[in-house]
Amino acid sequence: MKPTWCPGCGDFAVLNALYQALAALDLDPKNVVVVSGIGCSGRLPIFVNSYGFHGVHGRVLPTAMGVKIGNPKLTVIAVGGDGDGLAIGGGHFPHAARRNIDITYIMLDNNIYGLTKGQASPTTLQSFQGKSSPYGVAEENLNPIALALAYDVSFVARGYAGQIKHLTDLMIEGINHKGFSFIHALSPCVVFNDTYPYYGKKVTPIAPYENPSNKMRALELWQDKHHIFLGTFYKDETRQTFNERIRDIIGQFPRDDEKYFKELLNRYA
Amino acid sequence: MKDILVRIGGDGGEGIISSGDLLTMALARSNYEVFTFRTFPAEIKGGPAMFQVRFGDQTILSQGHQADILVTLNEEAFRLHHAALKPDGLLVYEPAHYKPEGSFEAYAVPLDEIASHGVKSAITKNMVALGVVARVLDLSFETLEQLIRERFGKKGDAVVAKNLEALKAGSEFVAQHPVKKQLPVFAPLESSHKHVVMSGNEALTVGAISAGCRYFGGYPITPASDILELMERELPKFGGAVVQTEDEIAAIASVIGASFAGKKAMTATSGPGLALMVEELGLATMAEIPCVVVDAQRGGPSTGLPTKMEQGDLNLAVYGAHGDAPRIVLAPGDVEECLYYMIQAFNLAEKYQTPVIFLTDQSLAHRTQTYVWPDFSRVPVINRLLPSEAELKEYDRYKITPDGISPMAIPGMKGGCYAATGLEHTEEGFPSFVPKTHTIMSAKRAQKIEEVSREKGFTARFGEKQAKIGVIGWGSTQGAIREAVEMAIQQGLSVAQLQLKMVYPLPEADLLEFLQSVEQVLIAELNYMGQLNQLFQSKFLIPTQTLTKCEGLPFFAEEILAKLKEMSGSAKAAAQGERLATHNR
Ligand SMILES: Cc1ncc(C[n+]2csc(CCOP(=O)(O)OP(=O)(O)O)c2C)c(N)n1
Ligand code: SF4
Repeated sequence: MKPTWCPGCGDFAVLNALYQALAALDLDPKNVVVVSGIGCSGRLPIFVNSYGFHGVHGRVLPTAMGVKIGNPKLTVIAVGGDGDGLAIGGGHFPHAARRNIDITYIMLDNNIYGLTKGQASPTTLQSFQGKSSPYGVAEENLNPIALALAYDVSFVARGYAGQIKHLTDLMIEGINHKGFSFIHALSPCVVFNDTYPYYGKKVTPIAPYENPSNKMRALELWQDKHHIFLGTFYKDETRQTFNERIRDIIGQFPRDDEKYFKELLNRYA
Repeated sequence: MKDILVRIGGDGGEGIISSGDLLTMALARSNYEVFTFRTFPAEIKGGPAMFQVRFGDQTILSQGHQADILVTLNEEAFRLHHAALKPDGLLVYEPAHYKPEGSFEAYAVPLDEIASHGVKSAITKNMVALGVVARVLDLSFETLEQLIRERFGKKGDAVVAKNLEALKAGSEFVAQHPVKKQLPVFAPLESSHKHVVMSGNEALTVGAISAGCRYFGGYPITPASDILELMERELPKFGGAVVQTEDEIAAIASVIGASFAGKKAMTATSGPGLALMVEELGLATMAEIPCVVVDAQRGGPSTGLPTKMEQGDLNLAVYGAHGDAPRIVLAPGDVEECLYYMIQAFNLAEKYQTPVIFLTDQSLAHRTQTYVWPDFSRVPVINRLLPSEAELKEYDRYKITPDGISPMAIPGMKGGCYAATGLEHTEEGFPSFVPKTHTIMSAKRAQKIEEVSREKGFTARFGEKQAKIGVIGWGSTQGAIREAVEMAIQQGLSVAQLQLKMVYPLPEADLLEFLQSVEQVLIAELNYMGQLNQLFQSKFLIPTQTLTKCEGLPFFAEEILAKLKEMSGSAKAAAQGERLATHNR
């Protein structure tokens, strides 16, 4: 099916990057599941030739977790908007992080609620005067990278719809990462809050000499007032994944259903 | 049928639940049939708690209302429970605290002194009391000793020894000070069948595992939490995964995700949690994904009565959704049915690819009952319809079929790629807002549920074949209604009972047949508004009478009997029923 986004929408670039990443990784579509919530960005799974799950607003992470635990062999990619992931579904982000569930979460951040036509989202800048913020946004904006670092997500990166090749590389790295990987994808909404010009001036690659295992340095990078850094902020490859821990728990019990049923019932006899 | 009812009252934290559990297990191991009932405070420590066990030589249908033996560990317990003691019953009490008055036999046992000075451990007071009761009931000491070893063994030999000493001290006190009360003498049935004794929560968990549930996601809430805890302990042994999620929305979302990926999956909650899950349930209906949700109901709305029972979530279970979101709602009638109907719940979810809500309540969740060792072959397990090779060549996930059921591809299946979506969609699964598509697909989803209403085995009929009064009930009230019906028939009334184990869709054929065989209809349920009655009225335009109760307590058979008598024209009996009801708070 052909994408239904507005011409020029950043989501096309993110989708393209995902196509290229999946192709480069040579993953069999039947073993890939793309899970999403609601929003313009939430439509993405419908345009990918793999298994997809387009659920309800904000619940992409627990749904993706269920899919990954349901079948650990699948490559599970969760996608969603900034509203989906930081507002309605904001409570799920820290828990996906602490479980270190082995999925890749791509947040398509357009700094706006696109599908509901232009209300402020948690990442909208205070200066933005829009339909739901005629006098500017009263709250300060959330920074997804800062949150991911604070939640101790084991892979944190940022890409930009204006740089598809780089975004593709980040996706490949994220999907290959063992554990929960978060990719903050700047994806401007050309209709309600066109941030291309703003990002165009501010995005800067993280220097190749920076060490992605240095959390303190990552925190410095996101706080930089003059640049919006693109690249891998942080990476910890030492942590066990949720599926591995579940596997270890299950692994203590050699399979013998009949025996366990008998033991279980005997407790009540 | 002969039976004896023992009630123990005290403060939460005084160990009455623990001694009550031991007593129950000892009775069950001695081949008696048991039925327990407990009330406990919502607070962690303190507040009045009560444990009651009714046992007999045949299946016990309800908790019963008048105790043969009442053990009170303090004066407040006496105040709260003495009205529930038979006029000629036996009261075991602590003479250092108070002097009870009444027609019963007041049997003083210096529980505190025996525990503190005799056993040198004040906290063993509950075990002294258990020793007293065991001796009065003439229970085997070896059985209790064995149970105490099993229960306290992990805490070390010293703890086991103290508890045994306390048990013995209580027992010996009775040997030296015989009671006058004559209890009915009966031996348990010589049983060729092995029995188990479980709570509703335990039975449904076993049922779920045997049905093939291999993913459980849940968030703690009384009275469903022990399902999560039991799953955490048991499911990994069967190769399944359990996640304590961050909230109920995550629980049901993860269940739907796991089921989409091919696992049989469930969650368990109570009313407040089910309320949060409603949007996801609509998704499961729309995307046609099997899932099972247990709602162990408690008094509501809102946080309501967290530790008390009510059948108040029927409307939420049936209608709680936006749009037309048909699903299946089951309601088992007793502990044994919790096991078998849970297998059915998974079967229906898989067969019809739709959510199934399994309604129990606090009284059923926490009551323990004996039943025959489960025979898992009684309900064969059904799995979802997968697409054939040919169907995968040109796969349509939501293909229109004669019965509305379309083969469901599982990720990993070649040729089956599709996107499940909560948006309205075409047969291929593509979002579509074309008017006709929504009509056709709404009809498809509704038709599946209509098929379910023709499934057999979701009602039970008791009493007379043709009757003046027909009582309809649902869920955990089954035993109390049945007991009332049996009493009514013995007293010459003409009564029949139809118990619904499926409340949505209504099992229409069975209901119609029943309605044709009775003259008056009574709908009995434990909520204020008569929720089943409203559902019933929307389907069958016939006059009904209702018996509702909204006290956080189960029905007592006598209350139902009183209503039946009233309907048969005896007003005096009705007044008596009211008196009985006020006794049992
Ligand atoms: C429970 C619920 N609340 C509100 C909505 C309405 N809604 C649909 S999309 C959306 C916001 C989407 O914003 P975002 O997640 O940033 O995605 P975008 O459309 O910008 O890509 C909202 C509020 C909904 N579908 N469900
Ligand atoms: S509204 Fe904005 S975010 Fe949505 S498709 Fe159009 S450009 Fe993209």
